[in-house]
Amino acid sequence: MALNIVVCIKPVPDPAYYDKVSIDPVTKRITREGIPTIINPVDKNAIEAALQLKTTYGGKVTVVTMAPPNATENLREALAMGADEGILLSDRAFGGADTLATSYTLAKGIEKLDAFDIVFCGAESADGATAQVSSQLGEWLGVPHLWNVFAMEAPEEKRLRVKTKIENGAMEWEIKTPCLLAVAREINKPRFISAMGIIKAKNKPISTWGKNDLLVEDSHLGLDGSPTKAGGVFTPDLKRKGEVLKGDPEQIVEELLQRLRAGGISIDLDGSCEWGGGK
Amino acid sequence: MKKKIWVFAEQVKCGLDPVVFELLTKAGELAAELGGETEVGAVLLGDGVEPFCGQLAEQGAEVVYLADDPALGLYNPMLYAPLIVELAKKEQPEIFLFGATAIGSQLGPTVAAGLATGVAAHCVDMRINSDKLLVADVPSFGGKILGEILCPDNRPQMASVKPGIFVQGPARPQPLNVVKMDLSLLPRNELPLKALSLEKKEVEGVPLEKADIVFCGGYGLGSKENWDKLVKLAAIFGGAAACTRPAVDEGWSGGEHLMVGTSGKSIRPKVYVGFGISGATHHICGMKDSGLIISVNKDENAPVFEVSDVAVTMDLNKVLDGMLARFN
Ligand SMILES: Cc1cc2nc3c(=O)[nH]c(=O)nc-3n(C[C@H](O)[C@H](O)[C@H](O)COP(=O)(O)OP(=O)(O)OC[C@H]3O[C@@H](n4cnc5c(N)ncnc54)[C@H](O)[C@@H]3O)c2cc1C
Ligand SMILES: Nc1ncnc2c1ncn2[C@@H]1O[C@H](COP(=O)(O)O)[C@@H](O)[C@H]1O
Repeated sequence: MALNIVVCIKPVPDPAYYDKVSIDPVTKRITREGIPTIINPVDKNAIEAALQLKTTYGGKVTVVTMAPPNATENLREALAMGADEGILLSDRAFGGADTLATSYTLAKGIEKLDAFDIVFCGAESADGATAQVSSQLGEWLGVPHLWNVFAMEAPEEKRLRVKTKIENGAMEWEIKTPCLLAVAREINKPRFISAMGIIKAKNKPISTWGKNDLLVEDSHLGLDGSPTKAGGVFTPDLKRKGEVLKGDPEQIVEELLQRLRAGGISIDLDGSCEWGGGK
Repeated sequence: MKKKIWVFAEQVKCGLDPVVFELLTKAGELAAELGGETEVGAVLLGDGVEPFCGQLAEQGAEVVYLADDPALGLYNPMLYAPLIVELAKKEQPEIFLFGATAIGSQLGPTVAAGLATGVAAHCVDMRINSDKLLVADVPSFGGKILGEILCPDNRPQMASVKPGIFVQGPARPQPLNVVKMDLSLLPRNELPLKALSLEKKEVEGVPLEKADIVFCGGYGLGSKENWDKLVKLAAIFGGAAACTRPAVDEGWSGGEHLMVGTSGKSIRPKVYVGFGISGATHHICGMKDSGLIISVNKDENAPVFEVSDVAVTMDLNKVLDGMLARFN
């Protein structure tokens, strides 16, 4: 037996450059020229999780993205990591989609493939970071889904044991396939791409599907299918006075202690207070 | 009909999550802005959670929708979501708020899909506009950009908010008014998803969210040894130590639950002191509301200085050792 695994990846502007993102004062559009597009970082963990399961049980890994046409490059990178096939969902009609419309379109793309056992997503995308697409995709597909998965075992093909992160802790679950898992960074370390992988990827299939290739209702697509609408955009003004403290370390320390006091922190400067364990 | 603003009353066995009280406070403000007859409600699911109804009413919930059943002891989206979706279809809330906690981050969008409505994720602010619509400010690009999100045609207008973004206001006690949810809707057959257990680690020392002073370490710390110094310093001041993502990744800090930023905690201590932090937007997003921001960085051009009240351009080792020596 073998597993049919789908991985959803999102091309995003490289988060290392987000400090450079700004809003054009005239057009009011977000300018991100010159920022390279990469696979959303945690989506590589999703690919890795899929490839590891394939190593254990055999089968096929299909990567799916809904994105503009040049995203074939990102799909090709996923194929070079070891995925078998890429699907690009691309159509003008998909543009302006919020999480509900995005997850709908992804679901319709996935339904066109052979029946899946597991869909992997990342827990959140670096740019929008709504962390919503995976749960909503699970709902459209009608399968059980979990978010923020940081550990996974597959004792049997059709039954997984997974752990999800919660605040200061974890929940443990049993989930049957078909299912969807959105993974956290801790789940694994994505493999590097080998030269062999790049060569092999050249001959792997990538298909592009538009809305006419899918069984979709137009009213669920793109901007029209999105219940949320965008209003204005702005950059928060976080500037503070940045007063520079000067002096040698001792002076700086004294100066800092005064600031802490002024900031509302009570401290006993004579050092007669007790603190910490074991003191 | 009365307009309804709802808050999901998340709790994990031991009690209601503090974010619930923060959201109830905000819900009260939104109700005032909406005007007319607007009612604040809380949606509470769990096992043995009925005693929490009083706390919710105390903080402003005029109605508590309650589902109390042994099957709901551990959170399971396949049990929780259908109950909430049906309740919302019946009661037609105008606005529905979730904490962007681990559980809320999954349950919110799942419920929204069931109701075919929109969710503004991780809002940092919200208000009612002149059309009586909810406007939510949502960060993108790690918080560098804020965008307004509206949900004009679908209901409820949903939003999620991370813990610590809003401040819990004074109590607004209401008469206790509990409405029981229809538990016959609860699936009793075997589900393909089973919650087996929930583990929570006890937090040592002062919890990050409650600390008046936070000492935060970044990649510039350079070692676990320096992290330990930071923890010591935090203990001296009765505060907490926190970190940036690289300090988690290097394994210096206590773990991701101490990370501040878009993927971590949002904190607003009276004083924040950062050591060896460059000031990436992903981190700033989580600490910008601190009362006083002090930054120590050896690079005088570090972007963090622009968002700091006090800048110390110096090797952090000198400052850390100097502070510790001062108290020895
Ligand atoms: C999707 C996504 C989510 C993220 N979420 C978060 C988040 O929630 N929280 C978070 O923190 N990060 C997050 N990040 C990472 C974030 O983008 C930055 O990489 C990170 O905040 C940088 O941490 P840093 O300032 O500690 O390290 P660096 O950027 O490497 O800065 C180190 C600084 O230390 C200074 N320094 C070095 N040595 C010394 C010394 N001896 N004395 C004084 N100063 C010194 C240097 O001048 C430098 O400015 C996220 C990234 C992504 C892609
Ligand atoms: N356009 C897209 N195409 C494919 N997968 C996506 C897309 N948008 C989001 N995802 C998946 O959903 C996850 C969460 O994204 P988000 O809800 O945007 O934070 C990502 O890590 C991807 O796995």
